[in-house]
Amino acid sequence: MSFVQFLINGISLGSVYAIIALGYTMVYGIAKMLNFAHGDVIMIGAYTVLTLLTGAGVNPWLAVLIGMVTCTVLGITIEKIAYRPLRNASSSLAVLITAIGVSYFLQNIALLIFGADTKSFINIITLPPVSLAEGQIVLTGTTTVTIIACIIIMTGLTLFVNKTKPGRAMKAVSEDRGAAQLMGVNVNATISLTFAIGSGLAAIAGVLLCSAYPSLTPYTGAMPGIKAFVAAVFGGIGSIPGAMVGGILLGIIEILGKAYISSQVADAIVFAVLIIVLLVKPTGLFGKNIQEKV
Amino acid sequence: MAMLEVKGLQVYYGVIQALKDISFEVNQGEVIALIGANGAGKTTTLHTLTGLLPAKQGSIVFEGKDITKMPAHKIVEMGIAHVPEGRRVFSQLSVYENLIMGAFTRKDKKEIAENLENVYKRFPRLQERKNQRAGTLSGGEQQMLAMGRALMSNPKMIVMDEPSMGLSPIFVNEIFDIIEKVSASGTTVLLVEQNAKKALSIADRAYVLETGNIVLSGDAKELMNDDSIKKAYLGE
Ligand SMILES: Nc1ncnc2c1ncn2[C@@H]1O[C@H](COP(=O)(O)OP(=O)(O)O)[C@@H](O)[C@H]1O
Ligand SMILES: [Mg+2]
Repeated sequence: MSFVQFLINGISLGSVYAIIALGYTMVYGIAKMLNFAHGDVIMIGAYTVLTLLTGAGVNPWLAVLIGMVTCTVLGITIEKIAYRPLRNASSSLAVLITAIGVSYFLQNIALLIFGADTKSFINIITLPPVSLAEGQIVLTGTTTVTIIACIIIMTGLTLFVNKTKPGRAMKAVSEDRGAAQLMGVNVNATISLTFAIGSGLAAIAGVLLCSAYPSLTPYTGAMPGIKAFVAAVFGGIGSIPGAMVGGILLGIIEILGKAYISSQVADAIVFAVLIIVLLVKPTGLFGKNIQEKV
Repeated sequence: MAMLEVKGLQVYYGVIQALKDISFEVNQGEVIALIGANGAGKTTTLHTLTGLLPAKQGSIVFEGKDITKMPAHKIVEMGIAHVPEGRRVFSQLSVYENLIMGAFTRKDKKEIAENLENVYKRFPRLQERKNQRAGTLSGGEQQMLAMGRALMSNPKMIVMDEPSMGLSPIFVNEIFDIIEKVSASGTTVLLVEQNAKKALSIADRAYVLETGNIVLSGDAKELMNDDSIKKAYLGE
């Protein structure tokens, strides 16, 4: 395969990481916590969609929609039950440990309901592949849809955050929760909304991921979740464009690493790059320089 | 009945008691000053009043309604705007966006536009810099933005925490001029200041805080001539 082909595959995988990383970065920016269960929400989304398709023969679009609603409700519920009671806890470690607990909880729930065996995901993307450069480069339907979905989500989210009232409330809460409250912003509602958006996007990421790599187990979400977290840190945690760029770069590094170096150490390369970036620029690529308040 | 009645307020940070027994009243149209040394509990009092901190004991009644347990975002809707200590403007947002955040509880677009125009009239510098990020403003300009932002909610009462802190004398005078104008336009003012001289000069009445208690209160002009006040707070 050609370099350009690897690059395209990398962008496609990276787009999935970017969509997952958005959930991480928004929750971190607004609720100031790392939601380590975010990757597992992806897995729940994928199982939901698969079950609707195979078990109930639901129309694929409707299945994705129901998957999104399921994850949205799940995200809001997790926040409300597990994280909100710890909102004013003196130690942020308590929240982190809880998030890891929620992650295991979701994996075990999936084990219980769907079993441990690998399920093969049905690709619902029917778009035909496109051949370019006399067949040298192939854009599969999944690749095209994934990249387009990522662009739409990015644009939509950027517009939402900058141009709408709830979006501006999110920015305000992310910068100064107390001052935002003094403006009349309901912080709990804003954080719920953030979890809702992040989790809804996780369902889409789940479908896209499993369309490209069609094997689904209760642990499917864990590794992409961690990589998306890396992508978010890489890009500058809290930054929406950072999540996008971080995710895509990570996908490209991973695929090129697998192609040209070794598929065994590709993940190690990903983490090595992260470490180097953080050594050079601790706030990540798009990280905000925290200004001293006078 | 007073517009704001605070009775027997006790507030803790963990096990440390910051407010021991705070009671005061603010009448409609008054300018009330809360003065006291650093650490006396002024900021804690204001944070409890606007719902950022919970009260352990005591009550806060605004226009006859008990707001002691009301969440902060509801208190704004009641008509109390808080200009916090250290200004706390949203530095990543533009001046315009900060002002629009101030009108968060308002629904009527026309009213918001009118408020914005009034704020720009009162603070022409803010209009000049409306597209600039708030973080790039000078301290004095940020203070004006914080005040303008509070006025965007059309408050019945404005609560200000050390508006003159860290500002050059020119800005201090400008800020106090504006406070007097805000008061003249009918908004009730509760002002916390370490600059006791300035605060007493524009206040109707004042309360003096010391380690979580009100130790003295009365007419501002009389307090200005009180020997103990002169010695402790006016540096005379
Ligand atoms: N976040 C906090 N945690 C613990 N103690 C605090 C906190 N904020 C203020 N205090 C303490 O509460 C007391 C009152 O502080 P504050 O209300 O900020 O005083 P003032 O505004 O009059 O300077 C002080 O003793 C201060 O040390
Ligand atoms: Mg203070």
